Amino acid sequence: MNSSIFSNIARFFGLVFLQVLVLNNINFLGYINPYLYFLFILLYPFNSNRSLFLLLAFLLGISIDVFEDSGGIHAAACLVAAFVRPQFLRFSFGISYDHQTLRLSVTPFGARLSYVFLMVMVHHLILFSLEMFSLNHILLILKKTLFSGIFTIILVFLSLALFSKKYR
Amino acid sequence: MQQIFNFLIRNKNNILFLLLLALSVFLTIQTHSFHKSRFISSANVVTGGVYNWANNFQTYMHLDEYNERLIEENKELRNILTNLNVSDTAIAKNYQDSTSFSRDYFFRSAQVINNNFSKVDNYLTINKGENDSIEPEFGVVTSQGIIGIVDRVNNNFSRVISILNSRSKINAQLSKTNHFGSLVWNGENPNVVQLIDVPRQAPIKEGDTIITGGKSLIFPKGLPIGSIKDFSLDPTQSYYTININLFNDMTNIGYVYIIENMNREEIESLNEPDE
Repeated sequence: MNSSIFSNIARFFGLVFLQVLVLNNINFLGYINPYLYFLFILLYPFNSNRSLFLLLAFLLGISIDVFEDSGGIHAAACLVAAFVRPQFLRFSFGISYDHQTLRLSVTPFGARLSYVFLMVMVHHLILFSLEMFSLNHILLILKKTLFSGIFTIILVFLSLALFSKKYR
Repeated sequence: MQQIFNFLIRNKNNILFLLLLALSVFLTIQTHSFHKSRFISSANVVTGGVYNWANNFQTYMHLDEYNERLIEENKELRNILTNLNVSDTAIAKNYQDSTSFSRDYFFRSAQVINNNFSKVDNYLTINKGENDSIEPEFGVVTSQGIIGIVDRVNNNFSRVISILNSRSKINAQLSKTNHFGSLVWNGENPNVVQLIDVPRQAPIKEGDTIITGGKSLIFPKGLPIGSIKDFSLDPTQSYYTININLFNDMTNIGYVYIIENMNREEIESLNEPDE
């Protein structure tokens, strides 16, 4: 348990610094940035205290916001994603989530993809809607959500493959 | 009473969620209203420190480029200096004391330690603050063009509203005539900004230079901004909307100058409405 707490703390700070110092400067094709810090919310232990998780998601978002001068957009997006996570977990993994025996690295690829895809898209959609804050830019919002989302998902799977403890 | 507590405990996650969501949406809305983002900005000790630390590495990588820019600028300044009228300089020599003649603008240098350009509302962070007499509403420029306006200041760092910000609006004009308009950004290409509200009578050609107008208290008149890329009439058919290629590469800014208008208070007192 202690090692899990420690690795989550390390992941929190590691991902925040990676995001603000490296990933925010990518700007692929002018506006496509991956938001890999979201990996923290994807990987946070599934059977842990829900209130603490919401609070941590908010803190994670707000730390990115402070660095990016973006008010509370990341905080809101992370919070909503963290709030709907149990529903998406149940949708993607079905029975094994209900029995609390879930480990992301041993799930079938299709289920994992649907979980990551749904979570990332919800997060990005809220993020970019709040960033533009106007319905006139709805096409730009969707465009940014789609392209940045794909970029994020690719990076999420790369890091999962890179850091998974179980080799199969 | 018991039931209320039970209800609160049962729904504590939902309540926590709604509270935090309200807080973050509040912060978001606050940044969307101009000049009011108070609580959270990248010009604080922690984020400023981190950006400063990271920037030390980056600066080292770009030293060659910065040197080249300085040489280029020195060359320009030397050209101007040698072409100055001799009698002018002779007069200037009589006034050795810096207080005996007033100057209109005072320049300070600073380094950009954080730069955004991929969002709709972009800000920069610079490594000078109150301790270096920086105040809000000072202009920020490089030798090639304008960057933005200082927005928030703390002890050692300041936040600058980039011209690549949907809320930035700067007075600019054609270099050939005095027709002026407002410089805004549509959020798309970080190298192209828009000049709107230029009257239809203005003679406009592609490639013409756009400079700052003297009508704001922030920038002196005549600083270069960019060249005209293309233009079109707006829906009312009476004003031009002009796309401008910036001279500055907004994605690659190293050192900047901060401009203080020494006559600001005097001019502002004139503009105050009579009571």
